Amino acid sequence: MLLTLETTGPEATKLSYLLHKHPDKVQSFSMSFGKVHVYYPRYESDCAVACMLLEVDPVGMLRGAYRDSDFMLGQYVNDRPFVASSFMSVAIAQVYSSAIGGKCKDYPQLASTPFPWTARIDSLATRGDSQWVERVFEPLGYTVSTRFELLDSQFPQWGVSPYVPTVLSKTCLLSELLTHLYVLIPAFDNNKHYFVGEEELDKLLERGQGWLASHPHKEWIARRYLRGRANLVRSALERLIEADASNEPDEPPLADVAISPAQDLTYRDDNKETPGATDPELPARLNTQRYAAVLEELVACGAKSVLDLGCGEGRLLRDLVKNSQFERIVGMDVSYKSLEIARKRLRFDAFDERQRARVDLLHGSLIYKDRRLQGFDAAAVVEVIEHLEPNRLESLAKVLFTQACPKHVVLTTPNKEYNSVWESLPAGQFRHADHRFEWTRAEFQAWGNRIAALYGYRVEYKGIGSEDPDRGTPTQLGVFHRD
Amino acid sequence: MRLEIPELALVLLIGPSGAGKSTFARRHFLSHEVISSDQCRGWVSNDENDQGASPDAFKLLYYLVEIRLRRGLLTVIDATNVAPEDRKGLIALAKKHHCFAVGIVFNLPDSICIERNLQRPDRSFGANVIYRQKQLLRKGLGRLKLEGFRYSFVLKTQEDVDSVQIVRTPLWTNRKSQTGPFDIIGDLHGCCDELEELLEQLGYCYEDCEKPLDSELLMDRVPKHPQGRRVIFVGDYVDRGPRSVDTLRLVATMAHHGSAFCLPGNHDTKLLKKLNGSDVQIKHGLAETIADFERLPEASRGRLEEELKSFIDGLVSHLVFDAGKLVVAHAGLKLEYHGRTSGRVREFCLYGDTTGEVDEFGLPIRLDWAREYRGEACVVYGHTPVARAEWLNRTVNVDTGCVFGGALTALRYPEQEFVSVPARRVYCEPSKPFLVEADSLTAQQQCDHLLDIEDVLGKRVINTGLISNVTIREENGIAAIETLSRFAVDPRWLIYLPPTMSPSETSSQPGLLEHPQEAFEYYRAQGVHRVVCEEKHMGSRAVVVLCKDPQAALDRFGIEDGGTGVIYTRTGRRFHPDIQIERELIDRLREACNRSGFWEEFSTDWVCLDCELMPWSAKALELLKTQYAAVGAAGRMNLDPVLGSLAQARSRIGDPEQLALIEDVEGRFGNRRKSIDRFVDAYRRYCWQVESLEDWKLAPFHLLATEGRLHTDKDHCWHMDKLRLLCEADSQVLLATEYLEVDVSSSESILEGTQWWMAKTSLGAEGMVVKPLSWIARSKSGLVQPAIKCRGKEYLRIIYGPDYDTEENLTRLRKRGLGRKRSLAIREFSLGLEGLERFVKQDPLRKVHECVFGVLALESEPVIVDC
Repeated sequence: MLLTLETTGPEATKLSYLLHKHPDKVQSFSMSFGKVHVYYPRYESDCAVACMLLEVDPVGMLRGAYRDSDFMLGQYVNDRPFVASSFMSVAIAQVYSSAIGGKCKDYPQLASTPFPWTARIDSLATRGDSQWVERVFEPLGYTVSTRFELLDSQFPQWGVSPYVPTVLSKTCLLSELLTHLYVLIPAFDNNKHYFVGEEELDKLLERGQGWLASHPHKEWIARRYLRGRANLVRSALERLIEADASNEPDEPPLADVAISPAQDLTYRDDNKETPGATDPELPARLNTQRYAAVLEELVACGAKSVLDLGCGEGRLLRDLVKNSQFERIVGMDVSYKSLEIARKRLRFDAFDERQRARVDLLHGSLIYKDRRLQGFDAAAVVEVIEHLEPNRLESLAKVLFTQACPKHVVLTTPNKEYNSVWESLPAGQFRHADHRFEWTRAEFQAWGNRIAALYGYRVEYKGIGSEDPDRGTPTQLGVFHRD
Repeated sequence: MRLEIPELALVLLIGPSGAGKSTFARRHFLSHEVISSDQCRGWVSNDENDQGASPDAFKLLYYLVEIRLRRGLLTVIDATNVAPEDRKGLIALAKKHHCFAVGIVFNLPDSICIERNLQRPDRSFGANVIYRQKQLLRKGLGRLKLEGFRYSFVLKTQEDVDSVQIVRTPLWTNRKSQTGPFDIIGDLHGCCDELEELLEQLGYCYEDCEKPLDSELLMDRVPKHPQGRRVIFVGDYVDRGPRSVDTLRLVATMAHHGSAFCLPGNHDTKLLKKLNGSDVQIKHGLAETIADFERLPEASRGRLEEELKSFIDGLVSHLVFDAGKLVVAHAGLKLEYHGRTSGRVREFCLYGDTTGEVDEFGLPIRLDWAREYRGEACVVYGHTPVARAEWLNRTVNVDTGCVFGGALTALRYPEQEFVSVPARRVYCEPSKPFLVEADSLTAQQQCDHLLDIEDVLGKRVINTGLISNVTIREENGIAAIETLSRFAVDPRWLIYLPPTMSPSETSSQPGLLEHPQEAFEYYRAQGVHRVVCEEKHMGSRAVVVLCKDPQAALDRFGIEDGGTGVIYTRTGRRFHPDIQIERELIDRLREACNRSGFWEEFSTDWVCLDCELMPWSAKALELLKTQYAAVGAAGRMNLDPVLGSLAQARSRIGDPEQLALIEDVEGRFGNRRKSIDRFVDAYRRYCWQVESLEDWKLAPFHLLATEGRLHTDKDHCWHMDKLRLLCEADSQVLLATEYLEVDVSSSESILEGTQWWMAKTSLGAEGMVVKPLSWIARSKSGLVQPAIKCRGKEYLRIIYGPDYDTEENLTRLRKRGLGRKRSLAIREFSLGLEGLERFVKQDPLRKVHECVFGVLALESEPVIVDC
């Protein structure tokens, strides 16, 4: 991967002083990921060009320090040698350290002199967000030029390349240019070769001083730079807003919604946000309404012992635990990872004996019969069934209604008819990438009625969320009572 | 003194401190059989004499006893046990587990005990304790039988103690040394005509035999089998039918001459009560039996009745045969009761798992013990008429209601074949119709509809035919449960998952990472000389389970939705999200089977094939786009400007040292540029646009199983040939795999194999897979790898990166460990074949699922379990 810096004008030959690199040499530096070479393809009185070339060694990385990191995808075949990534930021900070720090040993005044710059990044990894190149750099005063290429010319149907050759021009201090690149290159790449923790937050705020707080897309930048770690992003934004109290943000920066992916109950998938997540007013409210409705049903049926089947990260469990009506609460999920999170959120490990006797978390699956699920008053099955292959539903129904057979079952699923209300959701697409089907009200009720009749339950249907006169509510609820 | 105790019993040593119980126990029993209260006291308190620790010590003792008895192990209690209340709980435990309680009483002179205690420095109590213990002992001595001891022995002198010889007697139910073969025949109810016919059909011939002169029951001719087969009768010889007495005569004669084993049925024991003069209700066909008796001459009837009483009285509730692998009881038997003795066990054997309630027909409501049965032993039973004998969790009811107009059925064991003769007429109308139209699903299929989480949760150890004890760690299992639940096809289709495959050792030839030489050398070193090289296609691994028609899918797989087959990946996922494409491919394959006469040739209506499905791009499009094409695009986009800038810089530089430096960098990036083009060429070779069904290519390479057969007993050339014939029936979609047989001990043959590989890979093949000619090969160190892959030079760019073949990279890549991969391959291979074998044998689904689950778990990244 290559970073080319070009400056023109009478002072062009000052570039080597600014970069602190000799114009007639090829200088190489060893880094953890391979080598960095600096050289000058042009060095003329009115135009100087410096290249920083990263020579990444994927075999060495996979066999060495990066063996288990997500960054390399655990693969020998990966784009790391070719794309602008956090390696580039590390190289800028180390090889161009005085330049980014605004220092120039031989001509100190140069560091505070604006130059006309052109920076070229031959493959900026945009992760499919190519329109963001302009959105992010233009507010900072850059003239941006990008070009799209096909992913593979032999297979035009595969679409365009996610990598964009990018040219940025601006007259400014070199330190300013390098600082922007330092922060924004890894933000585009949305990947980091090291763990993102508190230190990264500090680094972002330090490097972002004077420009990030007033950037209209600071939230996008913070989220990507911090790799979506919600708590870090949140505190970054809080601190940025303090720093920019005068500036009115043009998007709600603390919207919980946009930061944490809408909660998906049974089967959490970190990489796939619900379409609602881009629809800022929807998921959090609907989620809250849904849990409130389910809780209300569980309270109303007088259940003392409750199962939360497909409890995910324990959102409903937290509400159940607070309510003393429930004397026994068991959450089950097929994802061990989600259960771990639920365990932490419930502070399960700090429970005393009495609490442990009241609340339990089980790893299990709704398509296997399971003795542990027997003898409960009620079961909540919230946004679960649509994550199963349709041909496995029969097994789920059998497990639920003949094996566990609680007195009451509170079951929710999306109402497909409502999808067209959301403009952000393309027609025909499901709300979540893992949904195997979504039902209309008629389809859900036909299923519910058949199951109820087959297994000796009564069923009533309700809606959750704001109601559209033609399309009903976004979520549909079925409450089953054993005869 | 000879003490006979049953082989499974709870033995209580009873006697005061110092009576010599521990010494006695050590001499006559295995160390683990003896549980001593002193030792338990020591474990819970560090002091064997701490009487304050006794409550906890006995909790531990009871716990140990309980587990041992549940597991069917003889257990000896070394404690004083002098008070009745000490013994009560232990006797209750023996009862709970349906074992006999045996008491061995040490009623020795007081002086011996006192003297011994004085000699033991750790015993601080005085003689008065001994006197008190003796007193308690004597008081209870006469009531041991009443307390529930089946046997008790009293040792009065040291001489008695010294002379004891313990003899363990087999339980009455124990016929484990009888290994068969057997013919197990269902309820007779006086249907002697059908019995005679069935015996003939089974190959039994009458032989003359000695008849005791005074016997009215036994006959002078007995059916015997020329091959020594023996009959096991499940009982209910009498009532309802026309020839109860004849039936009794026949079965008793066969039993007397060792040609049959007889179990008691509830009708037989009721007859016994009647013969013993009890006032029993003349119902359920007993009247016919009585009438049959009354037809006998008065003179012989009395003698006959006496003999019958002792015959029926001598029948044991159930019998355990063939090293415990076969259990026969009239009404079946749950696992916990196998080989146990108690009133409850006998009740179960005679009447089944009844609740005491009756149904609308006035018949007792039965709990379905067989549905819950989890044992390894086959349980064969009768008692309740069924329309057809069918296996359920290794149990089978062979009462096909002969007397009600059904049939008389025998199960041939170990062949597991049923032989039936139809009833000559309806002798008795059943109170509940049983010859109803059979359900569309068998009992086993209904039972298999839901798998139990207990069969996949936690650490598991699976025994396979090829290697024993494959361990599945909980951490891996957790991940597999998630995959199976979220992504896998219906578990009823999922009968096999393929194993991982190890590559060959790395080659040291310049520019190469893999070369056939190492693969051949591996097999040569293992002593496997004949191998098969099969072209390795580059697509996606696909397992195909295909049925001839929906009926076959229903009958054999219990699939009711009309599906006739499935194509799934090596992690059990449906191959294609578009079900229509899968259906069309399945249809094409079925037509090829129809055309090539496949179903007839293998007398089957289903088949399981191991295949590669191409193109790669159809399945792996996301991966291609996000990883392979992306790397190609990024590389090309990047490297041209890099080379341009380096060339420009070079032209500016005059200093020779600097020039050398930049030329060095330029050289490396120049190579990268070339490699990236080769890399793009490499992946493009396996991509093409799929527009119609005929753009798909399915290459089957293992004909794994068909009805009744696992085809791993044939060599790989057989598989290749059979599959080639199948592929020829549809060469548009099906692709026969090319192969070459190589003798790895011949240098010419090796050369031929190597050239074949070179030719194939230079034409774009991924590489080849080398397999032992026979499916299963063993060497001194165990199972040999079932396959080793050897991939082509260009293909490996897709695996190890565009630049993998620079010497710098090769030097590092050549160091790769194969041990883990190879061990995994062997374990997965064994599990995969075990699962298929179980399916072929018609084992319950959970037994098949266990193996598939195991393969998937071994292939899963372990989840970190910290709670």
